[in-house]
Amino acid sequence: MIEVKNISKTFSTKQVLFDISCKFEPGKINLIIGTSGSGKTVLMKTLIGLFAPDSGTIIYDGRDFIQLDRDGRKDLRQDIGMVFQGGALFDSLTVEENVMFPLSMLTDMSLAEKRDRVNFCLKRVNLENAHKLFPAEISGGMKKRVSIARAIATNPKYLFCDEPNSGLDPYTSLVIDELIHEITLEFNITTVINTHDMNSVAESGEHIVFLHKGAKWWEGTFTEIMNSDNKELHGFIFASKVMQSFKKLYLKENA
Amino acid sequence: MNHIFEIGRYWIFMKNLMHTPEKWRMYWTQILREMESMGFGSLPIVAINSVFMGAVITIQSAYNIVNPMVPLSAIGIVTRDSIIIEFAPTVMMMVLAGKIGSAIASEIGTMRVTEQIDALEIMGINSSTYLVLPKLIASLFILPFVVIISMFLGIFGGWIAGDATGACPSADYLKGLQDQFLAFNVYFAMIKTLVFSYIIITVSSYHGYFTEGGSLEVGKSSTKAVVYSNILILLFDYILTQLFLA
Repeated sequence: MIEVKNISKTFSTKQVLFDISCKFEPGKINLIIGTSGSGKTVLMKTLIGLFAPDSGTIIYDGRDFIQLDRDGRKDLRQDIGMVFQGGALFDSLTVEENVMFPLSMLTDMSLAEKRDRVNFCLKRVNLENAHKLFPAEISGGMKKRVSIARAIATNPKYLFCDEPNSGLDPYTSLVIDELIHEITLEFNITTVINTHDMNSVAESGEHIVFLHKGAKWWEGTFTEIMNSDNKELHGFIFASKVMQSFKKLYLKENA
Repeated sequence: MNHIFEIGRYWIFMKNLMHTPEKWRMYWTQILREMESMGFGSLPIVAINSVFMGAVITIQSAYNIVNPMVPLSAIGIVTRDSIIIEFAPTVMMMVLAGKIGSAIASEIGTMRVTEQIDALEIMGINSSTYLVLPKLIASLFILPFVVIISMFLGIFGGWIAGDATGACPSADYLKGLQDQFLAFNVYFAMIKTLVFSYIIITVSSYHGYFTEGGSLEVGKSSTKAVVYSNILILLFDYILTQLFLA
């Protein structure tokens, strides 16, 4: 479990996060949603230690990330997997080498063991024939899947995904969502996803944190969104005509 | 004020990269890759520059030596010493700052803007050590050899040009090469090469590492890396010359 307590963050004179507190539980898809500029990415980067918060604490299963020394953070980070928006695959390495990289750097596994693990992870994300391809030779959806494979290679306890659906077609988005969902349940990972994809919210919104102007505006499940009277939340979720129709249908059925 | 900030951040960056690598075997692979890229990859441009610069130094020396009291072998001495003391370690390193420095700044800058450096950090890997230390070690090993090759090719270019144009016959040139040779000049050139290698790698890596924005900023970082490396090479050339030769 990840517990976030009273996190605030300021860049120069601009405050981006205001006293955010929430809990992310294992075996669940935890979504951070909000409009562009609402502080989602800053919150996620603060959670994984790329930004230092001005105040507050981040506790990973009893370990206070802020108070940890360099070695403690290094150990904790080996329990963290991250799927970046653009994949962040290493351009000079093949798909196989990308997935093998954290194993080579952080474990004492033999080459055979590493190959087995890489094959397992690539098979898990349905990429069995792309071992020797370079990132420039694969599609956006494949990059995301390689990124997921690399993130789960070291058996992380915590998985962070920064807009995993951005730039993908609706079908591939769905495949990626399902994959993350399955992996979360299968390995009982605490998964935190940063998204503004409404399909993801509807499909896998087990625990949703809505950010508005850098503050936590609302927290709950997708079903609770329907019964919420939060104006900003509804303005964000039901901005498109498709979602408005969905809302009407839902309210009609549950009237 | 901004320059003070940059200098401070540079030294913090230097301190951060001097850490024990997570896995030496992975670093060793990187060092070999970098040595190949910096060494073999630089040979064509080094060869072309060296041969032509040697040729030009010889012909210009011959053109300027009009006094019949000065023997033609002096052209060999001038060419040899110019190449060993200044051309190979300084001018060639400035050329390499353009080639290697811009490549490093672009590579690391692109890794920064595409979040590859963040990915390394999140894995628990010290990104500055992993990205810069192999380049630094590789450059300190391989660039002295590149400079020595440049010396030989520059002197060879001068020999060919002097003989071909009749400005300095072979016998005089070869006699000049052997006259008043000081081994210290080669040591001095090697010291300069090591200092300039350090400047090129660390300054270029620094500019790449702290790139913010997108592809436009990567280009700017690359330009800054070359400009600052060249300015620092000239500054340290002066300081080292003052220290060792004055």
